[in-house]
Amino acid sequence: MNNQSNNTLVIVEGVAKVFHRGAEDIQVLADLHLKVPAGEFLALMGPSGSGKTTLLNLIGGLDRPSEGVVEVAGERLDQLSDRRLAAWRARHIGFVFQLYNLMPMLTAERNVELPLLLTHLSKAERKKHVDAALAVVGLLPRARHYPRTLSGGEQQRVGIARGIVTDPTLLLCDEPTGDLDRKAGDGILDLLQALNREHGKTIIMVTHDPHASARASRTLHLDKGQLSDEAVK
Amino acid sequence: MKFFQLIWSNLKRKKLRTSLTLLSIVVAFILFGFLSAVKQALVGGVELAGADRLVVRHKVSIIQLLPESYKARIERIPGVVLATHQTWFGGVYRDQKNFFMQNPVVPEEFLKMHPELVLPPDQTKAWLQTRTGAIVGRKTAERFHWKIGDKVPLRTPIWQKEDGSQTWEFDIVGIYDGKDKRMDTTALFFHYDYFDEARRGGKGQVGWYSIRVKDPGQAPEVARRVDEEFENSAAETKAEPEGAFIQGWANAIGNIVLIVAAILGAVFFTILLVAGNTMAQSVRERTGEWGVLKAIGYSNGQVVWLVLAESCLLTVLGGGLGLAVAWLMIARGDPTGGLLPTFLFPRRDVLVGLAISLALGLVAGIFPALQAMRLRVAEALRRM
Repeated sequence: MNNQSNNTLVIVEGVAKVFHRGAEDIQVLADLHLKVPAGEFLALMGPSGSGKTTLLNLIGGLDRPSEGVVEVAGERLDQLSDRRLAAWRARHIGFVFQLYNLMPMLTAERNVELPLLLTHLSKAERKKHVDAALAVVGLLPRARHYPRTLSGGEQQRVGIARGIVTDPTLLLCDEPTGDLDRKAGDGILDLLQALNREHGKTIIMVTHDPHASARASRTLHLDKGQLSDEAVK
Repeated sequence: MKFFQLIWSNLKRKKLRTSLTLLSIVVAFILFGFLSAVKQALVGGVELAGADRLVVRHKVSIIQLLPESYKARIERIPGVVLATHQTWFGGVYRDQKNFFMQNPVVPEEFLKMHPELVLPPDQTKAWLQTRTGAIVGRKTAERFHWKIGDKVPLRTPIWQKEDGSQTWEFDIVGIYDGKDKRMDTTALFFHYDYFDEARRGGKGQVGWYSIRVKDPGQAPEVARRVDEEFENSAAETKAEPEGAFIQGWANAIGNIVLIVAAILGAVFFTILLVAGNTMAQSVRERTGEWGVLKAIGYSNGQVVWLVLAESCLLTVLGGGLGLAVAWLMIARGDPTGGLLPTFLFPRRDVLVGLAISLALGLVAGIFPALQAMRLRVAEALRRM
C-alpha cells in the first residue's frame, strides 16, 4: 500500500526468482522492476524460457518470488498466507490460459460459473453474472455446450468469460492466442482490446507473437530475466 | 450443494471405471446386509431375551432331559416367581426341509412367562380348552398357508406315540405375533399334557425350564441357588440368563460376531483399496484441473473438501444402493427355509452400513486429497 502511487495497480520491485532443479539453481528472473498502471493493456514478450510466464505467475499470486516485492491492488503478495492468497486471487485476478484449461465435463456456463461458486451469490445471481460474461464474449447462445463441441476460439472465449465473470481487478493472459489460428486469434485479441478499452480492464498478456503484442498499449521484452525494449504506443 | 454439479461431473468422467468401482461397493454392501441378517438371526435373540428370565437345562447337555418334578422344587427357591418347562419336539411338516421349532408347553404358564407373545383373547381361550390345540407363529402360518381350524400333522424322529406312530396331529387354534417385530414367530407350541400322555417314552421328563426371577439384579444368585438345589442329583442342572442360553446356541456354530466382523473386515479393506485406487487415479489425471481451480481462487482446504466429497459420494452412493438391494432381498424372507427364523436387516445395521460407507469414502479419499492439496499451482498448470 505504501509503494502504490494513485494509478499504479501492479508494482514489482527487485524481484528475483530462482528454481532449484536437483543441485542446480536456475535463475529465471533477476532484480526485475515493473509498474503497471490501472487500465493498461501490457504485452510481455520474449523467447521461450525468458521468464514471461514466471513473472505472470508472480503477479497473479500463483508463485512467490525468491527475492523482492510484488504488490498488486495495494496488497503485498509475499505477506499473504496460502489461504489468504487464494482468496485474494478469487477477488482480484482473472486468468486466461493458452490451452483454455476448461473442465471437459462441464458445460460452458458451468465452467464460467466456477469462480462464482466461491462467492455468496445465490444461484439466480450466479446465473445472471454468467450470462453477462458469456454475452460479453459473444457465446451466450452456446452456454450449454460442452468444451468438446466448441471450436478453439470459442473455448478461449469461454476461458475469457471465466476470467472476467467475477469482475477482477486484473486480467492475466498467458499466450491467449498461442493455440489458435490467425482468424480465431484476432477475434480473441479484439475481445481483449474491447475489455480494456470499453470495460477498463487492466490486462497483462504474455505472448511471443508480435501480431498479438501490437494490440497492447505497451510492450515489454523479457530476456534472460530482465525487462528491456519498452515501447509505449 | 452448489458444488454438486462439479463433483458429480468428475465422477462421470470415466464412466466404466466409476461403474466398476461402484459395482464392487454395491456388492460389498449387499454382503454386509446379508451377513447382518444372518448375525441377527443367530444372535439377535440375545437382545430380545428377558432380563428377568433364567433357563435351566441339564448340566451335561441340552439334549439330556430333566424330571418334571423339578418344577415344584424350583418354585420354592427364594427369588423365583414363576417356573415352566418346554421340550424339544423336533418335527417336520410333510418334508424334511419343512423344519421349524415345535415345543410342548403348559399353556397357562407359558403365556405368563412370555408376555412378548401376542395372542388374541379368543384364541388364547381356545388353546387352553383344546387338548390337541396348538398355536403357531405368523411366519410359519404364512409359510404353510395354515389357518385357524386346520389339522396339521407333524412327524418327529424323536418322539413315538404309544401306537408306534411318529406322526402327531394338532389343531391350529391360534396364530401369534411378536410385540417386537424382530421376535421369532416361526415356532409352534402345543399342550404338554397331550404330549406326555401320548408319547411312548420319556414320560415325566422335560427339556428345560424357564424361570422368572423377582429381581433381575439377583438373577445370577438365583441361578446359583437352582444349581445348588440339584447338585449331586442324577440330573444336575445348569442355570443361566436367557440371553446367555441363546448365545450358547449361537456359539455352537462359532463366534458369529467375530466371523461376520472378520469377513466384512476383509471385504471392506479390499473395497478401501479399490475406491482409494480409483480416487488416486482420478486425482492424478486431473492435476492440471486442480491447478486451474487453485489459480481461480480455490484454497487448499476447498480442494481437499472437493476430493473428499467426490470420494464420499462414490462410496455412499454405492453403499446406499447395496444396502437398498440387500434390504429388498432380505425382506423376501429366510432363504434357508426355516434355519434362520428371524432373518431381517436391523435398522441399526442399515445406519451402521451408511456410516461405514461414509468412513470408507473419507479414508479412500484422504491421501488423494492431500496429494491434490500439496500441488503447487504453477507446476500443476504446466501439466494441463
